[in-house]
Amino acid sequence: MTVVKTKQSRNDDGLAAVVPVMAPPQLVVKRRRKPLTWDKVSFFAVFLGLPLAIYLLFVIWPFIQAFGYSLTDWSGFSPNQNFIGLENYAKIFTDDIFMKAMGNNVLLVIFLPIITIILSLVLASLVTVGGSSKGQIKGLRNSSFYRVVSFFPYTIPAIAIGIMWGQIYDPSGGLLNGMLTGLGMDQFKDFAWLGNKDTAMIATMFVIVWGFVGFYMVLFVAGIKGIPAELFEAARIDGAGRFRTAVSITIPLIRDNIQTAYIYMGILALDAFVYMAALNSGGGPDNSTLVMAQQLFFTAFSKGQFGLASAMGVVLAIATLIFSGLVFLVNRLTGGDKDVSL
Amino acid sequence: MTTKVSGPEMKSLHFQPRTPATTTGDKVVGAVSHTALTVWTLIVILPLLWTVMSSFKTSSEIFASPFALPSQWNLDNYTKAWSEAGIGQAFLNSVVVVAVALVIVMVLGAMCAYVLARYTFPGSRAIYYLMLAGLTFPIFLAMVPLFFVLKNMGLLNTLPGLILVYVGFALPFTVFFLFSFFKSLPHEITEAAALDGAGEWRTFFQVMLPMAKPGLASVAIFNFLGLWNQFLIPVSINAAGPRVLSQELAAFAGQMGYAVDFGALFAAVTVTVVPVLIVYVIFQRQLQGSVSQGTSK
Repeated sequence: MTVVKTKQSRNDDGLAAVVPVMAPPQLVVKRRRKPLTWDKVSFFAVFLGLPLAIYLLFVIWPFIQAFGYSLTDWSGFSPNQNFIGLENYAKIFTDDIFMKAMGNNVLLVIFLPIITIILSLVLASLVTVGGSSKGQIKGLRNSSFYRVVSFFPYTIPAIAIGIMWGQIYDPSGGLLNGMLTGLGMDQFKDFAWLGNKDTAMIATMFVIVWGFVGFYMVLFVAGIKGIPAELFEAARIDGAGRFRTAVSITIPLIRDNIQTAYIYMGILALDAFVYMAALNSGGGPDNSTLVMAQQLFFTAFSKGQFGLASAMGVVLAIATLIFSGLVFLVNRLTGGDKDVSL
Repeated sequence: MTTKVSGPEMKSLHFQPRTPATTTGDKVVGAVSHTALTVWTLIVILPLLWTVMSSFKTSSEIFASPFALPSQWNLDNYTKAWSEAGIGQAFLNSVVVVAVALVIVMVLGAMCAYVLARYTFPGSRAIYYLMLAGLTFPIFLAMVPLFFVLKNMGLLNTLPGLILVYVGFALPFTVFFLFSFFKSLPHEITEAAALDGAGEWRTFFQVMLPMAKPGLASVAIFNFLGLWNQFLIPVSINAAGPRVLSQELAAFAGQMGYAVDFGALFAAVTVTVVPVLIVYVIFQRQLQGSVSQGTSK
């Protein structure tokens, strides 16, 4: 019902991910052109000029410059910048450490969104349709408590989440090993979750999932509540069970929300800088948790190779665009668009 | 838009005219659901409680047992974190930076969104797409050049520089969100204001802005969380300047290897987490509404 998709927003799908769907086109009353007054001129200058100036100077201009720098061998503090074409890019793609970092980002992009979304969808479904199967569709009793608590991590700065979990994973004094040994699993005594290359990545992923499940759960709960109850009731009368209802009614109808969540989580997985920096600032054992963003930061601000770092930034940006494009494509190919317009 | 969540649909989900008999199947499903949700709630809340508890312990107590309660409840760790580790100063810096940036970005964002949504002029579409570009590119790409932009302006490692950058990067989201909001406000009201002799400025500040209050509140909440939690921007362009909270926290944790005071570290984390958590619990109804507004629907 509320999914008012205009033709226009369908054409530029890029918008749909980040923008609330535009209101239906309003009737614009054509006015006769009035003479420019001081009121009008000053209004436009301030209202449009001021925000735009800040935006262009601090956001757009650096983005454009980054592309330019990526083609030079600039070291930042020397005045000379030599144009070296795509040499930086060649260097990046033959650099084993950067490729390792990129591989880790790919791992994150594959697993983080799926795990987070499945977990939050399950929790959201339990909250909204876990109630009685007779009569009106209703949610679980007292479920708002779960929803409020699950959202807690979203309000915590990522760096604090990282530091906190760094302590929880601590081999000797940490909460996790304390609990596991308390349950009689003595093999985990002094087990370094973040210091072992087989577990470091999984442990790190869990921290990120922990931080975001609550947010997406709330998002999905809102989406599910936006579905007219008659649809659930009709499905129930037709004899659909809970699982069938979730798969055939809920998921197709909140598909847009799932796509948005997928893109947000994917972009986060391609960055992941804060979490990695807090949990294993050096890249982890055997570089098993090193990500591109860390390598970029190190190359720029520690090694001073700004040209090379900018090229890494461009690679990161292109990876983000490819990822978003893929998600839209897959959603489109699997018939996403026609399902959502009720 | 807020009515959508609390409107008739939701009522029909919850309103029950009579209580139907509960079947065994329902009871099982209910029990399983509650169990699953409780498990997740514990996973969320135990680390937080453990952090708060540990913030009252000494380092040796923390190493002795992760579960034992502190031998005495005092605020030593908090005093240490607040003054010696500089968390207090960083907290104040964060408050100032985020508050100023938030006010500026809300005013500028509302103005820009209003112009883009209510006036058609050549280039308005282009500006709109330019804003979109700022949302899709990763902030990382901009950090290196931004460093030098600020350096050239003499704003590197200063709080005003940080504020301006925060404003710039929070602007696209603000404009997008408010764009659709201003678009949905009725045109008749602007016309009435114009007939009554209000100029463009007056129409905006006295008529349109008050009407956009619900939208402004939602965006402000998201911007606050985003800016308060920002880490990458301060560590890149404010590395040697007066530190904000997230920076100080990272620095504090980074030097832990040399001067181990885990109690103070836990206290620092608690100080960072608790104020925002309290604000969230107070405003959580408003926020739950904004989540549904702020994304795709």
